[in-house]
Formats: sequence, C-alpha cells, structure tokens
Amino acid sequence: MAEARKVLLDPLVDNNPIALQVLGICSALAVTTSLLPALLMCIALTSVTALSTAAISSIRNRIPNNIRIIVHMTIIASFVIIVDQLLRAYAFETSKQLSVFVGLIITNCIVLGRAEAFAMKNGVAMTFLDGIGNGLGYSAILLTVATLRELFGSGTLFGYSILPLISDGGWYEANGLLLLPPSAFFIIGLLIWAIRTWKTAQVEVPEHRIHEVHRTEVL
Amino acid sequence: MAHYFNLFIQATFVENLALSFFLGMCTFLAISKRVETAVGLGVAVIAVQVITVPINHLIFQWLLRDGALAWAGLPDIDLSFLGYVSYIGVIAAIVQILEMTLDKYVPKLYNALGIFLPLITVNCAILGGTLFMIERHYDFGESVVYAFGSSTGWALAIIGLAGIREKLKYSDVPKGLQGLGIAFNMAGLMSLSFMGFSGIRL
Repeated sequence: MAEARKVLLDPLVDNNPIALQVLGICSALAVTTSLLPALLMCIALTSVTALSTAAISSIRNRIPNNIRIIVHMTIIASFVIIVDQLLRAYAFETSKQLSVFVGLIITNCIVLGRAEAFAMKNGVAMTFLDGIGNGLGYSAILLTVATLRELFGSGTLFGYSILPLISDGGWYEANGLLLLPPSAFFIIGLLIWAIRTWKTAQVEVPEHRIHEVHRTEVL
Repeated sequence: MAHYFNLFIQATFVENLALSFFLGMCTFLAISKRVETAVGLGVAVIAVQVITVPINHLIFQWLLRDGALAWAGLPDIDLSFLGYVSYIGVIAAIVQILEMTLDKYVPKLYNALGIFLPLITVNCAILGGTLFMIERHYDFGESVVYAFGSSTGWALAIIGLAGIREKLKYSDVPKGLQGLGIAFNMAGLMSLSFMGFSGIRL
C-alpha cells in the first residue's frame, strides 16, 4: 500500500516529470493560454500514459529488446488515435484549439519515458498507477501555468470573467504578454526556481563555480 | 517562386517550431549545452525532416485521405484516422534507414551524428512538421519547402541557445535557477526576440 502511494504521489513534486526530468515540455508550453484546452490536454495525456504503459507492461516479457521502441510507439499511437477520435466526437471546438498537440502526445517523452523506465520492469497494476501519477504531475504544472496565463492574460477562468477588463468597463488592464509564447518559458522557469528553493535536493550542480574573492586575497 | 520564399521565411522565423510552437523542447533543452553537438543535432533534424514530411505528404495524398484510394477503385474509403500510426511508422523507419545508410557509405558523418539519430524519432518537431503540413493542406512543393524551412528554424534556435548556454556557464546564476531554470528563461528571451519577426510578409 505504501509503495502504491509512493508511486502515485512521488511524481507530483518530488520527481515531477516537467520540472525535474525535463520531459513533455512541448505541450506544457503550447496549450496553456487558457484553462479549458489545458484541462482536456491533461486528461488526454494522463489517460494515454496510464493505459499505454499498462498495455506495454502486460506484454513486457514478450517484446524483443531490439525492436521495443517501435512496439512502444505503435501501442502509444493506437491509444492516442482513440483519444483523438473521442475528443473530435465530444469536444470538437476544443480539439480544434489543441490542433496538432493531441497527436503530439505520441512523441511526448513522458509516455515513452515511463514505458522505458517503469513499464518494462513492473507489473500492470503498479504501472497503471505510475502512469496516473506522472500524468498528475504533468497536470499540476500545466494547470498552474494555464491558470496564471488565462487569469492575468485575459482576466477570465474557463472563459468566465473574473477580473473585469477595462475594455468591458471594468478595472483590469489585461497583460497581453502572458498570451504570447515567451511568457510560458518565463512562468515555467520561475516555477522551477520556486520548486527548487523549496526542495533543495533538486538543485543542479554548476559545471563551473564562481570563486569568491575576498578582499584580503586580492591584496 | 515568391510564394515558396515567403513560406520558407514564414516557417523559419515567424513560426519557428521551437520558439513559437515549442516543438522538440525536450531535446532543445537537454542537448544545448555545447555548440558542436547542437550543430550535429540540427543537421540531423534538417535531413530527417526534409525526407519525412514529403513522404508523409504522399502517403496522406494517395493512401489515407478521404477518397484517396480512388486509383485502386475504392473511392468511398477514408483512412485518415490511421494517420498517426502511419506517420510515426514512416519517421521511425526513415530514421533507421538513414542510420544504416550513413553507417555504410558515410561513416564519418555517421560517427558525428551517431547518438542523435535515434533520438530524432521521438523529437516532436519532426512529427509536428508532418501534422502541420496535413492540417494546413500544403501541396507537394509547399511541403518540401515547409519541411526545409521549419527544420532550419529549429536548428538555428538550438544552435543559438547552445551558444548562449556556453557563455552562461561562467556567470553567477542563483542556486535554484541553475541549469534548467535559467535555460527556460534564456529560451523565453530568445522567443521574445523571435517575436520581432511576426507580421513579416514578402
């Protein structure tokens, strides 16, 4: 039980796929201008990760080692097709906004990374939990970024007005920069800074250390 | 001609795959610590992109599109839902073939690119290029130009970032920002400067 809990909750902060392992960043940056597409993307990615890694885990002893990447890709692509068809059937407008990024779940490194690192060595149930956990870790970052960008970029959340804009007779002047690509880089960069200040074990060791010169040494 | 040139500029600078669509970010941040390796990876991406996007275009046009199988006497079949599996299959196969061909005929180049080639299969910039080509209904000529332009833009971006990060090693970065954090902020600034290209049309 304790192990299952660890597998499920570890990726949230301690071993976050985006902030620590640098995986699956493409979509994290691209779909976060508003909350609704981000939420759908999280659900899509979490279900694809959990289901495809569980499927891979169930046949892990039958996959020949040298063609495993192709096998993984095929399984992942099949699940992505299912998710994509479902989104087109039930959430057509939002799936148009997500454009190519649903398809790009196939090459999202989180899915392949978990398949390689976890599914090939563990049982089906554990792998499923691990997939959900990593999906949640991804979702945590994605939803934080999307909330910040939509709230301060256009004054809304899920399309409902929270901060009334000046153009609509309110008081809030929308920050247009937050809707542009660069802001996503800055927000995630700062988020990583915040997480690493809290969890100091994650700080990277620099290749070169700046030598502090004391006044007495110079003289 | 002007149309193709416009498309090239558009794909390279204005709609830069790395800096405005965030594609291929994992490799973009992971393999940009040295200029030399960044150049190698950039060249490999250009080669794979220029081959795969036109091939995927042909596959979409003649096999998968709604009514594409009319030449085989099956005009009512729409296989476009098989797209993702086919494209990723083509990409994986091309990367494998390229690897073997280079190994046999140009071992020098193979050794230079060696470790990066397999990585390219899972580079979203490659699959993204194909998916954008399908979504925007490019014809064959346009897809070749788009493939070349978009991958050149990606290569430029990663080489630029690698150059900045090489210099950055010697600067005094706050502890928590070390490594990944500062790389994100640098990429943000680069993306901000690429925004300056927006609106350019020839």
